[in-house]
Amino acid sequence: MSDVNTDRPLLEIKNLEKRFDLDQGFLETLKFKQGKIVRESRSVHAVNNISLEARKGEALCVVGESGCGKSTVARLVAGLLTPTAGEIHYGGQRIDNLSRAGMQPLRKKIQMIFQNPYASLNPRMTIRQALEEPVRHHYPNASAAEVRDKVTEVMLSVGVDPSWAKRYPHEFSGGQRQRIAIARALTVDPEFIIADEPISALDVSIQAQVLNLMLEAKESRGLTYLFITHDLSVVEHFGTRVAVLYLGSVCEVADTATLFSSPKHPYTRALLSAVPQLKDDRPNHIRLKGEIPTPINLPTGCPFQSRCAFADARCKSEKPKAIHQPDGSMVACHAVEEDRLDAVAAG
Amino acid sequence: MSLLSVRDLTVKFAMRDQTVTALNGISFDLAKGERLGIVGESGAGKSITGFSLMNLLSRPGYIDTGKILFEGEDVVQMNDKRLRNLRGNRMAMIFQDPMVTLNPVLTIGQQMIETLMAHRKLSHEEARQIAIVKLREVYIPSPEERLEQYPHELSGGMRQRIIIAIALLLDPQLIIADEPTTALDVTIQADIMELMLELCQSNQVGLILITHDLGVVSQMTERTLVMYAGRIIESGRTREIINDPQHPYTQGLINALPQQTVPGQRLKQIPGNMPGLASIPAGCAFNPRCKYATDLCRSRVPEAVHYGGVEVACHEVQRLNSDEDRQEARA
Repeated sequence: MSDVNTDRPLLEIKNLEKRFDLDQGFLETLKFKQGKIVRESRSVHAVNNISLEARKGEALCVVGESGCGKSTVARLVAGLLTPTAGEIHYGGQRIDNLSRAGMQPLRKKIQMIFQNPYASLNPRMTIRQALEEPVRHHYPNASAAEVRDKVTEVMLSVGVDPSWAKRYPHEFSGGQRQRIAIARALTVDPEFIIADEPISALDVSIQAQVLNLMLEAKESRGLTYLFITHDLSVVEHFGTRVAVLYLGSVCEVADTATLFSSPKHPYTRALLSAVPQLKDDRPNHIRLKGEIPTPINLPTGCPFQSRCAFADARCKSEKPKAIHQPDGSMVACHAVEEDRLDAVAAG
Repeated sequence: MSLLSVRDLTVKFAMRDQTVTALNGISFDLAKGERLGIVGESGAGKSITGFSLMNLLSRPGYIDTGKILFEGEDVVQMNDKRLRNLRGNRMAMIFQDPMVTLNPVLTIGQQMIETLMAHRKLSHEEARQIAIVKLREVYIPSPEERLEQYPHELSGGMRQRIIIAIALLLDPQLIIADEPTTALDVTIQADIMELMLELCQSNQVGLILITHDLGVVSQMTERTLVMYAGRIIESGRTREIINDPQHPYTQGLINALPQQTVPGQRLKQIPGNMPGLASIPAGCAFNPRCKYATDLCRSRVPEAVHYGGVEVACHEVQRLNSDEDRQEARA
């Protein structure tokens, strides 16, 4: 692409929103209230006004607990869902409103790895068929020999034994399958990989193997990652930048080292303190009140206020905006803005 | 006398074409009020151990040999009546997924009161009062209202609290918790762990915590067993095992964690996979993945020996300890 400015991030997400309607069809929207039938539709606010960017070669991690909208963000960027509002730009081009045909060249550049390698590989296809399919689709003019060579090359580079090619997915363990799923994503030489919890379903010793593989691919192929996970120790190891999501909104975006050395948002602090540590004898975690509210009826103001120890009247009425901090991070919190956090902790 | 004493427990599964050994002669003890962690990866046999302790194995699994002495009585030899008295009453179990454990068509109250009345001679109202007290112990707000609710009306963390309350209903001596926090978010997991720790300590209840998460074991337990392919390969005080593991597998498991490596560097991975039950290699089951393996490892199963504060089943533990890499890593 000629108009790509090198200063521009590879991926830009601007004010992204996604709502899912809960009521399917007209009849379900009818409600009986105070003796009258009224039309009322409810929706899940999965993603609310999120802006993020990823530069080339970065590994942008999106973390948060279940229901925070992190997988929805991944699916929106991959073009598997259409945003309700907002824009997604890739390499300087707006991609969220493209037609199927218009999206086609981008699907080759943007590939996705899913959490469950048992569900992401077709059980009726041999490994060779599964790996050759994307190459044939994106390079329709390639000869059979070229396709075969390409697939063999990728298999070797990610440690998939070419002798596995004739076997079916059920013959492999979870770690081997995830390796195959990664090989499948890499066969079309993508630039950008969206990985949605790629190692959560794997055992510890296998997690290390797969994470190493993804790091190697990043270096040797110059890949950019959007890495979705709930596991903070993986983020610290793998990510270059981190976005912490809560209830569909971004709490904090920072460089990985900055986020782990000086977390600012009260939710980020609580999240970091809750990770079970190997060496400490006694955990000293910040207790959060209650649990994540449902995204159906979002509270006004800050999404985190119902569980936040620092919430005041302003937090209940006004939604905080992400504000630049001196160390380069962005934090959406009134208490951080007003510098109340450490004052309370000290007092 | 220890509360629980397992001796040479062997569990087999009779499959159509062969019989596989899921647990191979495991032995351990648990003192009253002690908290023990069982760690290992999928297929190591940790959940099977939990099920066996309550004699809950069903076909094709069966206890082949061995003894499980609970308060001096062998669980393996108990008849159904004795087992009913044991389960829930003296030994309780908590599973990973609370939605599967709770009956979706009964209210929380019905399930709790039913359990109490099945084991104790109580009136309905007395049972209800005990249920309310137990719900309060696990910090459930407005317990009277919760009793009228169905499981689907509650959040995941709340359900797991209710499961813990049910496990504690009859004041058991021992709780077996199989991955109790794995399905929960980290902030909720931290709360539940703190709660379980507090309840076990204040009521002098023994805990067997089955998990794959070394961080959880480190914070919750006093002693740890590490399992691999149906055997205990290392056991000892949790602090010793975390800080100075002796078995190459335990070392590999701890070193493979991302927090053990400088960010961005390659993780120290263990090559290969855990063998399937039908294809456990001869000798030490870990030998194909172990860089220290010798001919002895490939032919003879190692016995547990006392070494460096822990019990470890490894032929090469001495040589391994003089290994230069390792000494550097420790220093």
